[in-house]
Amino acid sequence: MDTASPPISPTSAAATAAALPAEWRDFFALTKPRVMTLVIFTAICGVLAAPGSIHPVLGFTAILAISMGAGGSAALNQWWEADIDKGMKRTMNRPLPAGRMRREDARDFGIFLSAVSVCLMGVAIGWLAAALLLGAIIYYAVIYTMWLKPRTPQNIVIGGGAGAFPPLIGWIAVTGEITAMPVLLFAIIFFWTPPHFWALALFVQSDYAKVGIPMLPVVAGEKVTRRQIMFYTLLLTPVAIAPWAIGGTGWIYGSVAVVLSALFIALAVPVATRMKAADDKMLPEKRLFKYSIVYLFVLFAALVADRVAAYQGWIA
Amino acid sequence: MTPEEETEYRRRQKSRNLVVAGTLLFFVVLFYAITIVRIGDG
Repeated sequence: MDTASPPISPTSAAATAAALPAEWRDFFALTKPRVMTLVIFTAICGVLAAPGSIHPVLGFTAILAISMGAGGSAALNQWWEADIDKGMKRTMNRPLPAGRMRREDARDFGIFLSAVSVCLMGVAIGWLAAALLLGAIIYYAVIYTMWLKPRTPQNIVIGGGAGAFPPLIGWIAVTGEITAMPVLLFAIIFFWTPPHFWALALFVQSDYAKVGIPMLPVVAGEKVTRRQIMFYTLLLTPVAIAPWAIGGTGWIYGSVAVVLSALFIALAVPVATRMKAADDKMLPEKRLFKYSIVYLFVLFAALVADRVAAYQGWIA
Repeated sequence: MTPEEETEYRRRQKSRNLVVAGTLLFFVVLFYAITIVRIGDG
């Protein structure tokens, strides 16, 4: 969605941004709509898998508030990183680096969207979920974006925490309390993010080094990155199986989690035990990256299927 | 500002106003629905 509006040449961009109001599409692009699909999906799964029930209007409102919070923090991320984005091919056509929007507008939009999302959650759902949403926004926009991303090669691990909030908040929007299950859902995404992202980082030429962001493959090298992929994959496995092991889900989720996790390990081993050769097509890394996306979607879908089956009395 | 820029300015302003109006309308309906549900709960 970074190309929502026609690109404007960099030379005329600043003048255009100063003279013309930004398009609404550019404000929409600030919310990182592609990332939002994962946020919305996992939030819906959190709401649907939680024990108890919520009125559909309130369930919709909770998911809307989570999405707005994610969009607001994404806008703040882009406001803060506008100069960095300008230096990278992947991000240079975003509204700010392309000069289609004034920087203060992005900041104000991010703050406004974040504030409205927290208030909406608090008023319609409850203040525990609202406090967690506020925590997630601060975690992503301040702790991750402003503080730790430019300082540590473990930034992806920390960033994974931000993406892990939606199912936790969705669950708590229904139950109103923090228990082991929503924390485990948080942990699943937290431990899933490093192997997912680093698999991508191994085969995509990024410009992070150029703009001074210490990504692990750049700072620590390929060998360490491959070892870390294996490490986090092995950590992810017990965490993914834990919801079933502690009795929080039935056998549908349990069997899906075991099979998916075994396959994840099987695909991570070749990535962890090899090194890039000349003219390497990086097939194991590409396979692992694609599989990691399927893994998360199917795992969370299984969680919901398990809950629906238990609710209908199809399983114990 | 040239006439072309002025036309573009008005077009962008209009489309943004329409989106804001639509969003406001959506939130009016949403808050009405939330209120009804909340009253029903209470």
